[in-house]
Amino acid sequence: MVRLRVIPCLDVKDGRVVKGVRFQGLRDAGDPVERAVAYAESGADELCLLDVSATREGRASAVETVRAVRAAIGIPLTVGGGVRRIEDAARLLDAGADKVAVNTAALERPELIAEIKARLGAQCTVLSLDAARREDAERPDSPPSWEVVVAGGTRRTGTDAIEWARRAVSLGAGEILATSWDRDGTGDGYDAELLRALAGAVSVPLIASGGARTAGHMETALDAGASAVLAASIFHDGVTTVRQIKLELARSGRDVRLPLCPPSVQ
Amino acid sequence: MSPDVVLVRTGVANVASVTAALQRLGVEPRLSDDPAVIRGAAAVVLPGVGAFGAGMERLDAAGLVTPLRARVERGEPTLAVCLGLQLLGLESEEEPGVPGLGVAPTRTRRLTGAPRLPHFGWNQVEPDPGCTMLAAGEAYFAHSFRLDDSPALAAEGWSVARSLEGEPFVAAIERGAVLGCQFHPELSGTYGAALLERWLERAALTLSGGAA
Repeated sequence: MVRLRVIPCLDVKDGRVVKGVRFQGLRDAGDPVERAVAYAESGADELCLLDVSATREGRASAVETVRAVRAAIGIPLTVGGGVRRIEDAARLLDAGADKVAVNTAALERPELIAEIKARLGAQCTVLSLDAARREDAERPDSPPSWEVVVAGGTRRTGTDAIEWARRAVSLGAGEILATSWDRDGTGDGYDAELLRALAGAVSVPLIASGGARTAGHMETALDAGASAVLAASIFHDGVTTVRQIKLELARSGRDVRLPLCPPSVQ
Repeated sequence: MSPDVVLVRTGVANVASVTAALQRLGVEPRLSDDPAVIRGAAAVVLPGVGAFGAGMERLDAAGLVTPLRARVERGEPTLAVCLGLQLLGLESEEEPGVPGLGVAPTRTRRLTGAPRLPHFGWNQVEPDPGCTMLAAGEAYFAHSFRLDDSPALAAEGWSVARSLEGEPFVAAIERGAVLGCQFHPELSGTYGAALLERWLERAALTLSGGAA
């Protein structure tokens, strides 16, 4: 059976790794290539690289960073941020991305997903979904629901996150990277209810994102139906390592890929 | 001495990851869709090219069907990755009626029984005892279709490595200096790098007239 995946995420702005809380208050978190190499050696199953400056400031995607990271690591690389046209996706693939994540532009023009799928295949087409819980003060007991947020989390769209995921998969998305806006950077754990709702709505693999701090959080996400768990802050800040997380998951009986040799420096 | 490696230019395939993996092993691959180059190259890599039908159409349009077929039949160093492996077969459920290169006597069907598709991620590869390049270990897969594990493969001299996702399926095949992988060696970390190195060594040995 396929192993559960642990995916460090590099949010990149102006060639540097950054990280904030709920997409805001970005602080420097190092050099992308150094980070990528360290995470790959620590046992990362894939890497995710998101150009967080792209949407808000209209920047072209971090093609040079992708090229440099690709040259250095031999594990899969998903790249997102600012992918507005099929040409953007093709350029990222040429630079060394293996999967391309679409977000805001696909919401504005869903056919973008079908275009990328037709040219590059569903295995290259990832929907990056940023979801925020809807607050319903009138009916606090109503079942939870989520809406899609865009523009770095600054704008709520009113679009139902679960419906959008379903539509994106019908258009050709081969994977969903589901980020909980409410949990992003908080360390409060993934939004398991969001993951459960998405896992029930679509049959493609689901990457849990937003809020991870412990291996226990990751187990909750996997139990909710996620195939992979993504984290950024805990790895950047040295709270834990990919290797440590995977050892803990393995100890709990989870099927993960463990690095063969312990790194000389832990 | 590293052999001269040519990557088949298929238009949309992701060749950057394969290129980077070979460069890390000290090989600088050339990119070409010229039939004469593909015919004469010391070693050729056929990467994945999206969908089966579009892939065969492109190989056909570029005049590469005959040169690729000839390479595999003669046992010349050739590596086919992901869809590239499926193209070696007779046909695919993904595009009924479109013949493949037909050099591996088996068919491609949708992976059934997997909890989620595409099958993304690391999975265990278990080679037959006859495999000399393929080793046991974990490799990275990204696909929804896979080759049938047909007895005809062994009958025509192919050794098979298998994997399991809902059902057993062909993870890779090898015969002499020809290697076809459903997984992506270029994305399979140290496992993949070691496999690429063994293939390059086999290619060099074959070219020097050593053994096939």
